Amino acid sequence: MQRKSLLVGLFAAGLLNFSLAQAQTTLLNVSYDPTRELYQEFNPAFTKYWKGKSGQEVVVKQSHGGSGKQARSVIDGVDADVVTLALAGDIDAIAEKARLLPADWQKRLPLASTPYTSTIVFLVRKGNPKGIKDWGDLVKPGVAVITPNPKTSGGAQWNYLAAWEFAKRTYGSEAKAKEFVANLYKNVPVLDSGARGSTITFVERGIGDVFLSWENEAFLAVKELGPDKFDIIVPSLSVLAQPPVAIVDKNVDKKGTRQVAQAYLEYLYSEAGQEIAARNYYRPTLDKVAKKYAKQFPAVTLFTVDEAFGGWSKAKEVHFKDGGVFDQIFTRR
Amino acid sequence: MAGAVALHVGGDHAARFEGKAATRETPLVKWTIIGLALTFFAIFLLLPLLAVFVEAFRKGWETYLTALTDPDALSAVRLTLLAALISVPLNLVFGVAAAWAIAKFEFRGKHFLITLIDLPFSVSPVIAGLVFVLIFGAQGWLGPWLFDNDIKIIFAVPGIVLATVFVTFPFVARELIPLMQAQGKEEEEAAVVLGANGWQTFWYVTLPNIKWGLLYGVILTNARAVGEFGAVSVVSGHIRGQTNTLPLHVEILYNEYMFSAAFAVASLLAMLALVTLVIKNWIEYQAARSYRTTYGTSQQESAS
Repeated sequence: MQRKSLLVGLFAAGLLNFSLAQAQTTLLNVSYDPTRELYQEFNPAFTKYWKGKSGQEVVVKQSHGGSGKQARSVIDGVDADVVTLALAGDIDAIAEKARLLPADWQKRLPLASTPYTSTIVFLVRKGNPKGIKDWGDLVKPGVAVITPNPKTSGGAQWNYLAAWEFAKRTYGSEAKAKEFVANLYKNVPVLDSGARGSTITFVERGIGDVFLSWENEAFLAVKELGPDKFDIIVPSLSVLAQPPVAIVDKNVDKKGTRQVAQAYLEYLYSEAGQEIAARNYYRPTLDKVAKKYAKQFPAVTLFTVDEAFGGWSKAKEVHFKDGGVFDQIFTRR
Repeated sequence: MAGAVALHVGGDHAARFEGKAATRETPLVKWTIIGLALTFFAIFLLLPLLAVFVEAFRKGWETYLTALTDPDALSAVRLTLLAALISVPLNLVFGVAAAWAIAKFEFRGKHFLITLIDLPFSVSPVIAGLVFVLIFGAQGWLGPWLFDNDIKIIFAVPGIVLATVFVTFPFVARELIPLMQAQGKEEEEAAVVLGANGWQTFWYVTLPNIKWGLLYGVILTNARAVGEFGAVSVVSGHIRGQTNTLPLHVEILYNEYMFSAAFAVASLLAMLALVTLVIKNWIEYQAARSYRTTYGTSQQESAS
């Protein structure tokens, strides 16, 4: 038996060696849920570009999950070189709680570190049987709304804020908005932890009448699972969702990957990077590419979180922290 | 857990029971109960198993093979095997030592030790994972020190191995304790009287007696190590090709609309489970046989 376990130990060591030998220049991109397909296409393109430019072989590893959850694991020690999360607030949390990057990280790349944008739309079952046209229809009795948990999902926070702003503009006061959002969450049967979990709940498990979704996620669901099953409804007002990107300074300096990490993020702004974003249904920010893909994206009146809520840190403080507005309306149900 | 089951020597006993009018059920009752049991078995066990394979092959052999030979899938297989290869021998040694101490000796704190061994059974795997995050995470107790010394535990391979070792901790010990207690310590005492030292006693007396129970425990440990999801999910960080085990890989594929691929990888786990069951049955058979040859048929009557 002794000899046997020795052999087993040797075998294990061999396996371990094998996985270590594979290590080369690797970047780890910790991202949020719906960017899976985007980075699946972007990473090989970047690897090729970087090989041509510097001769260096680079492998990009991915991790996906609800944006808040991903931020949490970076805080807890996932050694991400870059984070590409759903909203600035989650990267702020990494800067604040773990001090892995400076507080003014958002100023380091163009357009407040947002290479692509998106918005929130409604995905409904084919033919729109419940007649859902706008935010106001979501609080009607008998409408089951699918949205992830704002505590863990970035997309869910955009959903929440878009609903809030719609109600504030339509009914005229913060109090009315709070009541409206509370009623909306009464119609939510399941809160998944990330956007992709909610998509699966809605499209695969067939739960709910309307799914508040990232625009890109809605397009993808329609593409993957058939245009004969779902319709996309564009509300009268929605939020300009800005999912930002950043280098995690402490990690890249330790691993010596700052240069390639910087190039990786800059490549997202290049024409090639923007094309890939647009092909995966993210709204490009580069004019040339934006014009080319203009037809793909429906025209919506968009507001930004900065103008409506005075910035993300304020919105988070009021709505999503422990005991914030979301907790109040959700525990009351 | 199922220590006694491994040594059950049924068979002829049941036939005697059936043969007597007083203990026999009417055919109607008999077949209703059997029918109910079989339906239940088919719906809850057989059907899901079948579904896995049907879904896996829905898009044909090619998709199946591509899913299994994908680099990320291969790395998941490697990591899963590595975790099992480390945790099984560790828990084997620990389990035998603990069971030996508990079954053959009296000491203070014995009950506390038994409770401790059972802990991984009673704690939810998610909590087990979070505990490691709290200890080894960047914000945890040892986090800053680990960071300064460039040691990675959670969100890396060591964390996954640790979590696996933790959740598979009790299997071997739990299997052996009742068995060793039932066997008593007379044989060991005889060996000592005849002049054997401790090591010889263990090697020539105890080990042959617990051989089959031990193997059974190892199989259970291995099955759990390969299939563990909760605790591993918490400490993994979900980095593809690096910290993804097979069960986590299944989840990722499913979430990426690659349903066939997800089920292909799941079928790999299902096949492993089937192999485990076959080996388990073989062990039970061997155990029953060795029990019979050791104690003879007259003993067996009174034992069962």
